[in-house]
Amino acid sequence: MRGWGFWAASAAALAAGLAFTALADNPYYFNATYVILQALIMAVAWNILGGFTGYVNFGSAAFFAVGAYISIALLKTADVPLPLLILASALVCGLIGLGVGYLTLRLKGVYFAIATLAMGIVLETLVTNWSYVGGAKGTAILTPETHLWFDSYSEMLFMVMLLLALGSVAISRALSSSRIGRGLAAIRDDEVAAECSGVPTLRLKLVSTTVMGAMMGAAGAPYPYFVTYVDPISAFNLFIAVNAIAMPMIGGTAHWAGPVIGALLVGSMQEVITVTISSELNVLLVGIMLVLFITLAPQGIVGLVRKHWKRRKSA
Amino acid sequence: MSALLQVSGLAKRFGGFTALEGITLAVAPGERLGLIGPNGSGKTTLINCVSGALFNDEGRVEFEGRDVTRLPPFQRARLGIARSFQIPKPFRSMTVLDNLRVPLEYAARTRAGQRSAVDEAMRILETMGLAARARQDSAGLTQVDMRKLELARAMAAHPRLLISDEAMAGLSGAEVDEVLEILFKLNGAGITIIMIEHIMQAVMRFSQRVVCLDAGRIICEGTPDQTVANPDVQRAYLGA
Repeated sequence: MRGWGFWAASAAALAAGLAFTALADNPYYFNATYVILQALIMAVAWNILGGFTGYVNFGSAAFFAVGAYISIALLKTADVPLPLLILASALVCGLIGLGVGYLTLRLKGVYFAIATLAMGIVLETLVTNWSYVGGAKGTAILTPETHLWFDSYSEMLFMVMLLLALGSVAISRALSSSRIGRGLAAIRDDEVAAECSGVPTLRLKLVSTTVMGAMMGAAGAPYPYFVTYVDPISAFNLFIAVNAIAMPMIGGTAHWAGPVIGALLVGSMQEVITVTISSELNVLLVGIMLVLFITLAPQGIVGLVRKHWKRRKSA
Repeated sequence: MSALLQVSGLAKRFGGFTALEGITLAVAPGERLGLIGPNGSGKTTLINCVSGALFNDEGRVEFEGRDVTRLPPFQRARLGIARSFQIPKPFRSMTVLDNLRVPLEYAARTRAGQRSAVDEAMRILETMGLAARARQDSAGLTQVDMRKLELARAMAAHPRLLISDEAMAGLSGAEVDEVLEILFKLNGAGITIIMIEHIMQAVMRFSQRVVCLDAGRIICEGTPDQTVANPDVQRAYLGA
């Protein structure tokens, strides 16, 4: 998708979102789409480090939880407006990403993945023992009374999430086609060769963890308002983390569109199955899809489409 | 004339194993140097220390009079040290053209996104005889094209010094000549070249000076003819 096409599609998505809030009034629709958009941002964020840079990891989703808890901490302190919560969470999580990246990026492959898993557990333990934000028993957050011109607060949250999602996709797309994106791809393909081609690999990997952390934090910031009750177990939920990995893997990790396609597809399917069949089955479904894609189509849906395209071109 | 590359008293150990010891070597600007020696003698370790992929334990590496011993590889690449890899390491997810854009944008600091980077990449690919492959996936190249891509990518870094690590291994006679031709052309353009090679006929034709390593030490240094005639070299490497 080139230049104007992408921006036209983004504008169309935004207009569709606004029309949706004006027309629909069943609150479930806004809850469901919020969940899908949240997963989309997380998938896009995970893909910047896991896909573009090739540092597959299990810890990224912890930044989402930290983002949610930064919101809670700020709300306990003062009556901070939502945009500021998002900004603060993105900023702090970006900085944590930078710090954690500096400590763990010397590791590679499986070792890096394990280190990030450990980091997630460390962060969860810290939050569990932080009584100011509720500790292990969690904390309840009241949604504010005001919700601009929208009919309900959840409609407004949906629009906030849509804006964040479009912003994340735009950042991810700009990154992937830039000089930095080519540097990250070079790191993914061969780190030694990248370094010998003049790519400052450590610096670029830190950019990658910082952007990933900031996006995850931004996705987590509105979460307390969405669920109104947050405890460490639900915020650091494994299912949220697995989704953030599964969606890019299924969509395709090398291209910016991969996590978007994966999140929209898997996310909507999960909602449909949760409503029509059961919420347990949708966990199983993600597992099965992940196994199928990793074994049969490791390049994801984007890879399948590209292969098909090439075959048609050469035929 | 001062040396372009000056290695002095260099040593590299892996645990208890001494891979290189007391290596002192000067390479003059514009020189064509051949580096030979049996497998495991430390040739690749030496160029890893020069390019920065490994840090040496002792000694100094100077490039254009500047101490680069502690500089990471990407900074050395920016100063003008480029290398090819013995086992080709293309950026597999990229096209041949994009493989060259990475060093052009990072090592040679050509402005990103500008036509000039693409134009220059195409020019280099033409020199290497790879222009027809520019839009192909680099992972699907033949062995000889993969070797040429290694050299092309090194060239895109605008090097002053090019280290070619067995660019001809496994190639046919005609292909060896082709690669040799390219190296001569690059040298003609003013680039200093260190060539690591096992194909003696190529080393003899190409090098102005040959250095022979054995078990981590330099055992002989001289013109190609002197080196081949040296009894130590014959015993250690040529198997006479």
